[in-house]
Amino acid sequence: MSPRAAWRLESLGFSEVYEYAPGKQDWITAGLPTEGTALEEARAGDAAREDAPTCRLDERLGDVRDRVRGAGWETCLVVDERRVVLGILRSKHLDGDSDQAVEEAMSPGPSTFRPNVPVATLARLMAEHGLPDVPVTTNDGVLVGLLLREDAERAAPGGTGEEEHEH
Amino acid sequence: MQVIQRHEVRRLLDRGAQLVEVLPSEEYEEEHLPGAINIPLRRIDADARARLDPSRPVITYCWDSA
Repeated sequence: MSPRAAWRLESLGFSEVYEYAPGKQDWITAGLPTEGTALEEARAGDAAREDAPTCRLDERLGDVRDRVRGAGWETCLVVDERRVVLGILRSKHLDGDSDQAVEEAMSPGPSTFRPNVPVATLARLMAEHGLPDVPVTTNDGVLVGLLLREDAERAAPGGTGEEEHEH
Repeated sequence: MQVIQRHEVRRLLDRGAQLVEVLPSEEYEEEHLPGAINIPLRRIDADARARLDPSRPVITYCWDSA
C-alpha cells in the first residue's frame, strides 16, 4: 500500500516523497515509541527488567555465577559488545564447572520476544513451558531486558499487582 | 520516490518531514508512529493536497513491505 501511496503523491506534484518500506512492524519490533489505543495493554518491553545481568562468551562461569547470584538473580544473558543476545545461562547452567567458559556452559540462541508482545501472552507461555523468565529483544536481536514470569503475571490483565520481589 | 530505513525516518522527521500512515483508520487508531497522520490509501487523491504541505518532505508507511 505504501509504495502505491508514495508514487501517487509524486504524481500529484509532491516533489520529495519517501517510502518507509519496513513499515510499522519494523518500528514497533525495534522497541521504538508509538501512539494509539493499543498502548493501553501492557507489553513485554514495558515490564522487562533492564538491569538483568549479562556476561560475555569468554568469561569464566564461576566468576559469572558469583556475580549473578550475588545480585540475587538466577538467569544471566550472554551478549556481545552490541548487546545482541547470543545465549542464556539459567540456574542449571550456572551450577556447571566453574572453570569452563560461558560459551561452553550456556544454552545458545534462546527464544526471544519483541517489546510489543502483550505481557499476558508471555505470562501464559511461561506458565505452559515452566519458564521463569524470557529475554526481550529488538528485531535486531539487541537486548531490551529480561521479562520475569512474576512481573508478566502481575502486569497482565487480572494480575494482582501486589507481590513484592527481590530484584 | 526513495525507499528509506528506520534511521532515515528519524533524520527526515528532524528536518520537518510529514509522516503518513496509509493503512485503514482502525489500524492507525490502534497504533501508529508518533506524529503520523492517517490518510488511507483510498483517500490519497481526495485528501493529500488539503492535508499535506507540498513544500515539505513526505514519508509514507504501512505495516511492512510485504
